[in-house]
Amino acid sequence: MIRRRVDKRQNCRWELATLALFVSFLMFAPMSLAIAASAQQEFRWAADPEGGAPFVEADPARPDRVVGFDVEIAEIIAQGLNRSATFLNVAFTSIDQSIERDDAEIGLGGIEDTPARRATMAPTVPYYRFREVLSVRDTDASRFRTLADLRGRRIGTLGGTIAYEILLRAERDFGIKVVSYDDDVHPYTDLIIGRVDAVLLDNVLAERRRRTTSGFTIQPESVATGHYVGVLAARNAALRESVNEILRNAMRDGTLERIFRKWRVWNEDQPALFADVLAGNPLPPVLGFDLPGGEATVSKWRTVQAYLPALFRAAAITMVLSCLSMMLAIIIGVSIASGRVYGGKIARSLLTAYVEIIRGTPILLQLFILYYGIVELIRLPAFVAALLGLGLNYAAYESEIYRGALEAVPGGQLEAARILGFNELQVLTLVRGPQAFRLALAPMTNDFVALLKDSSLVSVLTVLELTKQTQIFATNIGSWVVPGALCAALYMAMSLPLAALARRLEQRWRRRTA
Amino acid sequence: MAAADGMTAHVLQLNDVRLRRGEREVLACVTFGVQRGEIVALMGPSGSGKTTVLRLIAGLEPFQSGTVQVEDLTIVGNGGNSANTLRLLRRRIGMVFQFHHLFEHMPAAKNVWLAPVHAHGVPFREAVRRAQELLALLGVEHRANALPGELSGGEAQRVAIARALAVDPPLLLMDEPTASLDGARRSELRELLQGLVGEGRTLVIATHDEEFASSCATRVLRMNNGMVSSQD
Repeated sequence: MIRRRVDKRQNCRWELATLALFVSFLMFAPMSLAIAASAQQEFRWAADPEGGAPFVEADPARPDRVVGFDVEIAEIIAQGLNRSATFLNVAFTSIDQSIERDDAEIGLGGIEDTPARRATMAPTVPYYRFREVLSVRDTDASRFRTLADLRGRRIGTLGGTIAYEILLRAERDFGIKVVSYDDDVHPYTDLIIGRVDAVLLDNVLAERRRRTTSGFTIQPESVATGHYVGVLAARNAALRESVNEILRNAMRDGTLERIFRKWRVWNEDQPALFADVLAGNPLPPVLGFDLPGGEATVSKWRTVQAYLPALFRAAAITMVLSCLSMMLAIIIGVSIASGRVYGGKIARSLLTAYVEIIRGTPILLQLFILYYGIVELIRLPAFVAALLGLGLNYAAYESEIYRGALEAVPGGQLEAARILGFNELQVLTLVRGPQAFRLALAPMTNDFVALLKDSSLVSVLTVLELTKQTQIFATNIGSWVVPGALCAALYMAMSLPLAALARRLEQRWRRRTA
Repeated sequence: MAAADGMTAHVLQLNDVRLRRGEREVLACVTFGVQRGEIVALMGPSGSGKTTVLRLIAGLEPFQSGTVQVEDLTIVGNGGNSANTLRLLRRRIGMVFQFHHLFEHMPAAKNVWLAPVHAHGVPFREAVRRAQELLALLGVEHRANALPGELSGGEAQRVAIARALAVDPPLLLMDEPTASLDGARRSELRELLQGLVGEGRTLVIATHDEEFASSCATRVLRMNNGMVSSQD
């Protein structure tokens, strides 16, 4: 009896609790369902659609969608995980960092299996085997067959890739010169017009370019063999195992073969790769070539040491380029400012138009036009194009500083100088210019420090300056911490003394003219 | 007036000079002459056109009609003067501005020798020596290495006079020279200016200062509403 009463009371309590649960479920269910759905069903994957077909490219019919074999692989992975694939656009050289900070769960799109990735990330099993191939101009096909044939020649490739590492090694062994690009189109166009003598890239990229561009030959003998993988963050090792299983299944049931055939990248290398992967055979990251200092057993400190000379060389390029560009900017800036202060109406409006056009358009666009846009007219070497681009751009800003400074010199002094018998040129060089220069010094220093950092933009023209070298370094060791700190320290070491010098000059003049 | 030559002739002659700025008539029919060795004071209230007359004589102010003659050189209205005419004009004229307009970025001595060396081809050593002499004559040789920003108003004015005299102009124009001077300095300046005309120079001084004008000038011209209203 007693027992039953207790049961009854308990039942009553249970009913209340159930009711409360039910009410709270009604209140929060929609929200929690939505959260659960997004966490459960979305599979975020990242790639760079600039890489283009056959990997990932914007669908020509519907540019808001992407298509390519990596897109289809992402879809079968998502399907296998019972989730829906969501695409995230990330620059090729930033994929690892983006995955590391969890913008997406997996990075795809021609991601190479490298020792650094194995050490710092969780790459999937390889799903495609590619060959690093040399492309040369048709006329050179018989004489440039291997890297050794290209002694003293310039060879282009994508920065931060295995091909780049191979070329760095060849730079030492065969005395070739590496030219690093941010995309895989311009290496081939520059090959055709003679800015480089060969291009080393994946056969997938080379064959794709071969379909649209004529005038170059892909050498049959490959330099090395590598693999494409998906890349996950090291903490996602469990998810990686699921993805590996899905990939293995897709190798077994012919899904991958169907995808690769559809995108015309299937060849006899792939069955061999699939067999190795399914048999669980260990696969080195790169076949036929020893990557320098890349093995995970090599300490980070050794890698840092190995990169230091390249980093210093890049810093020197940054410094020389910045100084020369600033000199050019000052010379042109002074001319523009003088023209705008002293010139006739036509000269004034032309110069004003120049300043407004340069200030109104991005410097990146100006650099592209100088290097690639006017190539029919004049084929500027990369360094010259970079120097001109930065110099002409900064000249517009400098000219405004000088114009303001010239106009700030009191008119009474100019009249006094004229009455003393000076001609206008003397008034400018003896009286107006020197005083304007003192006024312009602080903003000029500011601009030079800005130019020092803007010079990183010229990496788009294959000039390997400090920031680009740092990026390559970071991609190679799979971390931004040490390269980033070194890069920052080098920039500071270049800009601080300059700022100090300017401050001292200013103080001296201020004291004397106070 | 074209035959203005010889020792007794006018060093400076303005004939019927008119200057308009937009609607405003700044100078209406200004006519006067100045003989060699004279100190002429140009007096009148603010805005009467005194400074404009000085600037116009120095070729700094374009005017619409009339002529200005300095020694044998004729300046015409309406901007009809060649660069060469202006260059020749400025060999005959020195000017001391009310606010001095010294070149701020160089020491006092260089302010004085700069024009002789660069505009008049005087050898450097000679120009520097002459600058030292002029600064000494004006009592500011101890300030030779000071920048204009470090000079007092009176010192700056004397450096400005030295600078104007360094190119040895026969006609010296001065705008409000006593504005930045106290009583003692004024009498020093008077003696200095009287000494200058003794060397064959001619002075035209725009001033508010009745006492200075009457004690220093050989003649006073009064300006009102852009006209020379009386000559005494």
